[in-house]
Amino acid sequence: MATTTPGPQTNRLGLTLNDYKGAPSTLCAGCGHDAITGQIVRAFYEMGVEPHRVAKLSGIGCSSKTPAYFLNKAHGFNSVHGRMPAVATGTMLANRQLLAIGVSGDGDTASIGMGQFIHLLRRNVPMIYVVENNGVYGLTKGQFSATADLGSTLKSGVANDLPPVDLCALAVQLGCSFVARSFSGDPKQLVALLEAAMAHRGTALLDVISPCVTFNNHEGSTKSYTAAKELDIPLHTLGFIPAFSQIEAEIDPGETRVVEMHDGSKLTLKKLARDYDPTDRAAAMATLMESNGKGEFLTGLIYVNEQQPDFISSLNLVDEPLATLPSSKVRPGKAVLDQVMESLK
Amino acid sequence: MAVTLSATGAGGLLDRETVINDFSIQVATVNGSGSQSANLVLLRSIFRMGIPVSGKNLFPSNIAGLPTWFTIRANKHGYVARKAQNELFVAMNPETIAEDEAQLMPGAVFIYNSDLKFTPSREDVLAVGVPFGAIVAQTCQEVKLRKLVTNMVYVGVLAQLIGIDLNEIEAALAKQFKGKEKAATLNFSAVQAGFDWAATNLDFKVPYRLERMDATAGKIIIEGNRAAALGCLFAGTTVVAWYPITPSTSLCENLIGYLEKHRLDPETGKATFGVVQAEDELAAAGIVFGASWAGARAMTATSGPGISLMNEFVGLAYFTEIPGVIFDVQRVGPSTGLPTRTQQGDLMALYHASHGDTKHLVLIPATPQEAYELAYQAFDLSERFQTPVFVMLDLDLGMNSWMADPFPYLDQPLDRGPVVTAEDLTRRVEQAPEGAKHDVFGRYRDVKGDGIPERTLPGTPHPLAAYFTRGSGHTSEAKYSEKPADYTWLVDRLARKHETARKYVPTPVEDWQGAEVSIVAYGTSEYAVQEARDLLAAQGISTNYLRVKALPFTPSVKEFVKKSRRVYVIDQNRDGQMASLLKLEIDPADAPKIRSIRHYDGMPIDAMSIVEPVLEMEKH
Ligand SMILES: Cc1ncc(C[n+]2csc(CCOP(=O)(O)OP(=O)(O)O)c2C)c(N)n1
Ligand code: SF4
Repeated sequence: MATTTPGPQTNRLGLTLNDYKGAPSTLCAGCGHDAITGQIVRAFYEMGVEPHRVAKLSGIGCSSKTPAYFLNKAHGFNSVHGRMPAVATGTMLANRQLLAIGVSGDGDTASIGMGQFIHLLRRNVPMIYVVENNGVYGLTKGQFSATADLGSTLKSGVANDLPPVDLCALAVQLGCSFVARSFSGDPKQLVALLEAAMAHRGTALLDVISPCVTFNNHEGSTKSYTAAKELDIPLHTLGFIPAFSQIEAEIDPGETRVVEMHDGSKLTLKKLARDYDPTDRAAAMATLMESNGKGEFLTGLIYVNEQQPDFISSLNLVDEPLATLPSSKVRPGKAVLDQVMESLK
Repeated sequence: MAVTLSATGAGGLLDRETVINDFSIQVATVNGSGSQSANLVLLRSIFRMGIPVSGKNLFPSNIAGLPTWFTIRANKHGYVARKAQNELFVAMNPETIAEDEAQLMPGAVFIYNSDLKFTPSREDVLAVGVPFGAIVAQTCQEVKLRKLVTNMVYVGVLAQLIGIDLNEIEAALAKQFKGKEKAATLNFSAVQAGFDWAATNLDFKVPYRLERMDATAGKIIIEGNRAAALGCLFAGTTVVAWYPITPSTSLCENLIGYLEKHRLDPETGKATFGVVQAEDELAAAGIVFGASWAGARAMTATSGPGISLMNEFVGLAYFTEIPGVIFDVQRVGPSTGLPTRTQQGDLMALYHASHGDTKHLVLIPATPQEAYELAYQAFDLSERFQTPVFVMLDLDLGMNSWMADPFPYLDQPLDRGPVVTAEDLTRRVEQAPEGAKHDVFGRYRDVKGDGIPERTLPGTPHPLAAYFTRGSGHTSEAKYSEKPADYTWLVDRLARKHETARKYVPTPVEDWQGAEVSIVAYGTSEYAVQEARDLLAAQGISTNYLRVKALPFTPSVKEFVKKSRRVYVIDQNRDGQMASLLKLEIDPADAPKIRSIRHYDGMPIDAMSIVEPVLEMEKH
C-alpha cells in the first residue's frame, strides 16, 4: 500500500495535511491553543473527514479564535461569548449530517457560558466540544477564570481565593456521554482522544489544559507547562483504531480495555498504574474527586457511554438535513389550512 | 327564591329605547374558577347569531384566586376595539364587586351573585341579584361538579335577558366540550336553569338586545398568536427554539401543536421540524441563528424581557447577515412591568435592537390575518435579506379572540434567498475565465449593488463553498479585517441593504380622503382608529389614514406625511415611539405637522382615546 510516488502524503480521501490547515495563527508564539490546533488538523486528516462536512464553532476568546486556524474548507462560526453551545445546537438541528467541532475557553465555558454548557451536556448534542483550559482570560489580558485553582497566582502575584470548577466532574455528573481530559503538550493522547471524539455520537467533551504563555505560565500557576507536565497522571495509554482500518490490532486482553465506538472504531486503553473503567460513572466521579483532593491532574478518557441517545436522534427527525428539505416536505397543502380554518368556525 | 332588584327602577332605564346589537358585556370572576369556558361559549353563541364580536381577557399575573375580567363587545358595524364602558356587567367576584359596581356607566345592567355579601347602592344602574347557589343546586346533583358549572348560569340569565339563542349556546357548548358529551350536557343544563330562572323571576325587559344578523357567516374566531403560528407552519419553519413568557407562550405552543399534527413525513412518520425548549432566551436566539446559519427556517417568540436578552445575538446576526425570525408579543415593560397587559412599547427597541449601528426589519400586523400573512412573509424577507426579522404583535392581538375571514392559502413559492449551491459553484467555475476560477463566490460581496450578498450553507460539497462567519470586522470575502475602509464599506453596504428592504417590506394600509386631518397608526390600534374615524366623521371631521405595517418605512409613508396638513400619530406607549421615528425619517420641514396621541395604561386602546384628543387639538 505504500505510495511509490514522492510528494506529500495523503489520507484515504487523497487529501494532504495541508488541506486541513487554516489561516496562520495570530496567537502568541508558544500558546497552548496553537498546539491543540495542530492536533485537530492531524486528527481530521488521519480520520479522513471531508472538510465540507465539518462545522467549526466557537464563542469568544483567544481559544475561540482557533477555528480560523484549522480546516479552511469547512464553514466556521465565531459567535458570541459563552453562547456557542446554542449555536451548535441550532446548527446540528438544521443539518444532522454535519460533524460539529466547538472550541471554547475556560472563561467562555465556565463563566459566561456555564448555563449553555450545562444544557448542551444535558441534551447530549452530537458534537466535539474542546475547552482550551488555561485558567485565565487570555484575550482580556490575564484575569482569573473559574477554572483557576485555589491558591494559584496571577503574574502579578495575586492569589486566587475561590475554588475551581472542574469541568470534567461537572460533565460526568450531568451525564455527558464522553468526558476526557488532556494536555496540549501531549499530542499522542490528544490526537487519540480527538479521533475517538469524532467516532462518538453525542457530546464529546475534551477539557484540554492549554497553558497561556503570556499570562499564566509562571511559577504559582497550576496551569503552566511545567505544572501540567509534573502533575499529569495519565489514566491509561490511549490508542485509536478507526473503523475504516480494521487491521488486527495487537490487543493484549489482560492489559488493555477496548471501547467500541458507535461507528465501529475502537479505542484502546492500555492499563497504567490503576485499573480504571471509563464506563463506570460512579467510579469516574470518585476517581476525579480523589485526584482533585491530591492536586493531581488526571488525563485520558474519564467517562464514556456509547449507549446514550444523542439529542438529534432522540427528536425522531427525518434523515435529510432540515435545512434543505424541499418545500413540498415542509409546507402542508391547502387542505390542511382549510381543515384548521373549519375548526375555528 | 329571593329576587333582588333595585327598588328605584334604575333611573328609568327600563323605559329607554332598546339598543340592538351594539353594546358590550363584562364578566368579573376569580382567576382559576373556570369562567373561561362560560365566557367563550357566550362569545361564540353571539358570533353564531351572525353578530360581529370580539373577546378580551383582562387577567392578572397569577394562576388562581385573583380578579379577572372578560369583555365581549358585540357590534353590528363590526367595531371590535375595546370600549371603556360596558352596558352589561356580571359580577361574580366578591373581592371586586363593590369596585365593579362603582365603575359602571349610568344605565348599565348589573347582574350580580346574590349569594355574595353585597348590597347594591347605585341608583342609576339596574341591579339584578341572581341566587347562583340555589340555581346550581337544583340542576346539578353532584356537589363536586357544582363549582364547575356555576358560571354557565350567567350565560343562561344573559340569554334570557338579551336574547341569545339557546340553540346557538348548545352548539357552542358542543364545540367547547368536543368529545365530552356528558360535560356539554351538564353545562347546558346549568345554562337552561339560569335561563328558566330569569324567565320566571325577571318580568321586565332590559334595553339591550341581540338580534340575529348575517355578518359572521363563514368567519372564524382566532387569537393572533394562533394565527401567527399558522403563518410559521405554512412558511415551512423547521426549527423552533423558545422559552416561555407571557404573552408569547401560546404562539410557540400552538405552533408545536400544528407541527406535530401536520409535519410528520407521511412515509416515515419522522419529523420535518425540530423543537427546543431552550434554557433561556439567550439560548433560544443562539439556536435560531445557529440553525438559520446552517440553512433552516428558524423562529422564536418572546416578549420584551426576552428581546433584551437576545440583543447581543441580534446584533451579531445583523452584522454577520444571518436570517432568523423573532416574534415579539409585547406586554407592558420594563422588566416584569404589567406582564398580562398590553402595550406597543418595544417599537424602538426592535428597530435598533443591539449595540452599534443596527437597523432591523420589523413587521407589524394589526389583525389575525395579518399576523398569519406577515409571519409567513417574515421568513421570506429574513432569508432574502439575510438578517433578523422581528414580527411585532402585542398581547391584545396575540391572546385575545378576534373574528376574521378564513385565511387564504399563500401560493407563492418560498423565497429562500440567494443561496449558492455546489452545482452553482461548479457551473461558475466552468464559466469563469482562466485565472478567476477561484474567485466565483465571496460571502459578503454586493453582487447586484442592492446590498444583498450571497451565501453558501455549511455542508455544501464544494471546495470553494466554505467561509468563516465572525462578529469581528471582515471583508467582502469574509476575512478578518480591522481596516477602517473595510468596516465602513461593510456597514454602508448593510445600510444599502436596508434601503433595498424599504421596497420589499409590506406597504402601509392607506386611505386618502383629501381631508385636513390625517391619522397614522400601527398594529392593534387599527380597530380603535377605524371606529374613531367614523366617530370623528360624525362630528364633521373627515380623516385620511395610514397604517404602517413595517419598518423601515416604505417611501409612501414619507409621501403621506408630505401631502398631509396635520398628522395625528397614535402610539400605545408613553413616549410616542412611532411619532419619534417618523420625525427622524420624514422631511424635517414636515415635522411640525406631527401631533402625538398616546395611550399607555396597559389596556387596549379604545376609540374615545383617539377621538377626544383629536377634537381637543383640532380646536387649537
Ligand atoms: C458579552 C461579553 N463580555 C465580555 C467580553 C470580553 N471577553 C472577551 S474574551 C473574554 C475571556 C476569554 O477567556 P477564555 O474563554 O478563558 O479564553 P482565552 O482567551 O483564555 O483562550 C472576555 C471576558 C465579550 N467579548 N463579550
Ligand atoms: S494571551 Fe495567552 S491564551 Fe491568548 S494567545 Fe497569548 S498565550 Fe494564548
